[in-house]
Amino acid sequence: MAKRKAIVNVRDCVACGCCIKVCPRDAITVPQGIHAKIDEELCIGCGKCAKECPASVITLEVLKQ
Amino acid sequence: MRQKKKWYDFLWIFSLTYLILGFFNILFAWLGLLCFFIPLIIAIVGRNKAYCNKYCGRSQLFSLVGGRFELSRKKDVPKWMKSKYFRYGFLIFFFAMFFLMLWNTYLVFAGVKNLGMAVTLLWTFKLPWHWAYHGTLFSDGVAQFAFGFYSVMLTSTVLGFITMILFKPRSWCVYCPMGTMTQLICKARNAARPQN
Repeated sequence: MAKRKAIVNVRDCVACGCCIKVCPRDAITVPQGIHAKIDEELCIGCGKCAKECPASVITLEVLKQ
Repeated sequence: MRQKKKWYDFLWIFSLTYLILGFFNILFAWLGLLCFFIPLIIAIVGRNKAYCNKYCGRSQLFSLVGGRFELSRKKDVPKWMKSKYFRYGFLIFFFAMFFLMLWNTYLVFAGVKNLGMAVTLLWTFKLPWHWAYHGTLFSDGVAQFAFGFYSVMLTSTVLGFITMILFKPRSWCVYCPMGTMTQLICKARNAARPQN
């Protein structure tokens, strides 16, 4: 099964950090207060952040190897 | 595997207490300035949005009521609401209203206007609020600012709760003027630095 990862639409991200709080792997940061950044190594594609994001800018996508 | 709660995960208690105190003594409204200056200082000095990300009590309140207590439809916000036009437009409108409030405060300080013991909800509806006023040691302007500032805080909380119910719990964060402003400050402060 192809692994899915969370992808942030950085243009519309409001950098509120809701995603940071729900991520079970601590894979998300908002490094410069501009948009969220997801560590692909840590992301398990659970989708909690996508569900929580108030601006709905996170999607789960299959990454091409 | 849920992370252990940190001390700052309980700052919603501060936000809730703030709203309640305003019903008893309006002068407590001055405490709300903390919610203005702390995020600004963090954005300017720290160049990040740690305030939104960690400490904002209001967003925790929305998460709690909309998330844990399920008082939210959990639908996506409409596209226009997250557009730059709306977010920046709301920021400008919010600021214009804020300066109007400061001007009214000044007029009371200067003795041109009498103290208006009302809280203005949604910039329109004047609610009688005299029961929360027990006099002030200083100028009436001090109380006028408190009424004005509490109006700002109550209005934004009411808007936040409406969008919490209609859309996702923390929908307020999408168009929160403080959030938009701190994001703009971060963009400016980090402009010269490469994104890692």
